[in-house]
Amino acid sequence: MTGIVDIATIWAFIIAFAVFVYVVMDGFDLGLGLLFPLFPEKADRDVIMNSVAPVWDGNETWLVLGGGGLMAAFPLAYAVLMPALYTPMVAMLIGLIFRGVAFEFRWRTKQSPRNRWDIAFAGGSLLAALAQGIALGAILQGVRVEGRHYAGGWWDWLTPFSILTGVALAIGYALLGATWLVMKAEGGLRDKAYRLSWFLLFAMLGAIGAVSIATPFLHVQYTERWFSWPNVILTAPVPIAVAAVTALLLRGLANKWDYQPFLLSLLLFALSYAGLGISMYPYIVPQSITIWQAASPENSQLFMLVGVAGLIPLILGYTAWAYWVFRGKVRPGSGYH
Amino acid sequence: MFEGWDAITLARAQFAFTMSFHIVFPAFSIGLASYLAVLEALWLWTGREVFINLFNYWLKIFAVAFGMGVVSGIVMSYQFGTNWAVFSDKAGPVVGPLMAYEVLTAFFLEAGFLGVMLFGLERVGHRLHFLATLMVAIGTLISAFWILSANSWMQTPAGYAVNAEGQFVPVDWLKVIFNPSFPYRLVHMVLAAYLTTALVVGAVGAFHLLRDQHLPGPRVMFSMAMWMATLVAPIQIVAGDQHGLNTLAHQPAKVMAMEGHYQSHKDGAPLVLFGLPDQAVGKVRYSIEIPKLSSLVLKHSLDAPLAGLDTVPRENWPPVPIIFWTFRTMVGLGFLILGLGLFSLWARWRGTLYQSRLLQRFALAMGPAGFAAVLAGWFTTEVGRQPFLVYGVLRTAESASPLAAPAVGSSLLSFVIAYFIVYAAGLTYLFRLMAQPPYHGEQGPSGDMPAHAAGITPAVGAAAEGAAR
Repeated sequence: MTGIVDIATIWAFIIAFAVFVYVVMDGFDLGLGLLFPLFPEKADRDVIMNSVAPVWDGNETWLVLGGGGLMAAFPLAYAVLMPALYTPMVAMLIGLIFRGVAFEFRWRTKQSPRNRWDIAFAGGSLLAALAQGIALGAILQGVRVEGRHYAGGWWDWLTPFSILTGVALAIGYALLGATWLVMKAEGGLRDKAYRLSWFLLFAMLGAIGAVSIATPFLHVQYTERWFSWPNVILTAPVPIAVAAVTALLLRGLANKWDYQPFLLSLLLFALSYAGLGISMYPYIVPQSITIWQAASPENSQLFMLVGVAGLIPLILGYTAWAYWVFRGKVRPGSGYH
Repeated sequence: MFEGWDAITLARAQFAFTMSFHIVFPAFSIGLASYLAVLEALWLWTGREVFINLFNYWLKIFAVAFGMGVVSGIVMSYQFGTNWAVFSDKAGPVVGPLMAYEVLTAFFLEAGFLGVMLFGLERVGHRLHFLATLMVAIGTLISAFWILSANSWMQTPAGYAVNAEGQFVPVDWLKVIFNPSFPYRLVHMVLAAYLTTALVVGAVGAFHLLRDQHLPGPRVMFSMAMWMATLVAPIQIVAGDQHGLNTLAHQPAKVMAMEGHYQSHKDGAPLVLFGLPDQAVGKVRYSIEIPKLSSLVLKHSLDAPLAGLDTVPRENWPPVPIIFWTFRTMVGLGFLILGLGLFSLWARWRGTLYQSRLLQRFALAMGPAGFAAVLAGWFTTEVGRQPFLVYGVLRTAESASPLAAPAVGSSLLSFVIAYFIVYAAGLTYLFRLMAQPPYHGEQGPSGDMPAHAAGITPAVGAAAEGAAR
């Protein structure tokens, strides 16, 4: 282990950043898919789809950066985790296939009221969201490693804890989706999104609580990380901040400030994500492989760091521009010809 | 299920299946993105309505094809880890950064500007919209650059060392990126993508001209596609020949398999036109040969000696029968495309380009030929690399994840089912779009979308008519 800021640590933060951007950006896309069955009207569904149609592909690209970056910067972790998460990963990919093609395909069918690609959109989103949450739980609970290989079976990931994290992430995505809709929709659709946001916020708080209580039982290291002195000075602000953000969120929902609930929900995700980071660091495969053990040679990490330093700001720039182009409320119906 | 199966065979089948279904979409969208950029540029330059109609027509097809390419591509980027974990661990430090650069320089560029390209013409104005189209087109080419660099490194590894953990580690990035086979493979694949798209565009044009030879849109697209076939097919044949010579220098066993040369020839090797390669015996049965022609092609001398697979240890033989036939399929299709291009040139010279029903039927039949040639070519080069994953240094059999056959088999089955549903629907929608001729005032994908509250909203068709005046 070298100094505080070595290149492997920088890369751990870059990968964590890419995964976080994916989680919140595709999170609201997937969340809209989860909420889709609650909006049976075709006009509502059109608005929901069109609020993300121009940006979903860019959102999903962060997942490719997370996976590709992990292979490049921490190949050992990628090589151990992917077989360990085999079933959830395959399920996620299949869910994302059906979800992704639905964006285009649903316009290409004969537009019947019961559009089969609406089912693909909702079902694919649910499968992907659950699979991602389960994968997260499976990573947290740790995997069996021997030498440089995964040494467990292809159902090891299935535990009550991973199911809990799967459901928790789906609830979180649904909250992001509902608050996104509050921001992008008008009229009755917005009102319904507000009602859902209230319910989902409390569900999300319950989920955060349940995962927070369950995590220390997985490994004694997690307990020490959070509750031992002096760590608690650094960890205590996280739950305090969660409480503060929740209070602001409740105020935003009560006053119907359309932009606040979504932005504050992002903050809630960021805090939960920071909590995960606190639990895991410096392991990349909990309790068996650290970021330094998994790191690719400095020559590989440096080569990519040059690209990341120059390109990520550029990417964030033109992505922001694309969001700006499609800013504002999505109005139903008016664009049909 | 799958208990008695071999996990590695299943993993290879999964890669072949998902890769084959994926590659046809990049091959199409690389060419189509460039074609769209050309159409939009021509519209902005000339103001002729036919160009914006064609642009919007092909944009809807692009949207469907691009979406299918994206979702099938994500499968590829995770499959290295799920099924080929040992490869990922060992080659990740070299191949991983190349793919990371593909994401950073290409995927984000395409995805970031795709939304504006598809839905944004009336929101950002003509110039910015053209910029978005251009960025998407450039993105597809940058993507080809990196992924072909990574693939070529696996074919002709260079600029690396091996560390204590058995990982390949980069020593010289320029040598890694510009490894010996990369420039040839890049040129060959990009030209293939352009030809593939031209054949699809030409077939759609021909389909509508066969019904009505006066339609303006189909006339323009047919003419443009036939120019492409005429000009690029000969260049592609030269590029393919050069690629073959490069392969002979760096992966001789692959060329031996392509040629069906189990035996060495001291004074001039024959060109085996057809025959039945028998891997077990190590000879080509019932072969029809042209004496000494292979030496002429590969060594530019009739009597040049040419080594056969009898100089290669048996455990390093690639499976000749597959490569022998996929190579002939690719080359045969290549010459058919050349024939189409020359036929169209003759018809053009005689002034019967839009009237010749024989030419149009030929072009229609050749619609899928580019896809078939791309697949045959990739099978040739990928199967020809066997039994290695990284040529000469890492065997395929030693690269797979430590997974039991039921896991790999179940995921293969899941992908097969998912792909059949999604591809059946996607192809149906693509054919449905192509079966309509481009109309006057054709709408792009934004015609399907409710408008947003912000921004100005003159319809695309109105903008087109305004420009046409």
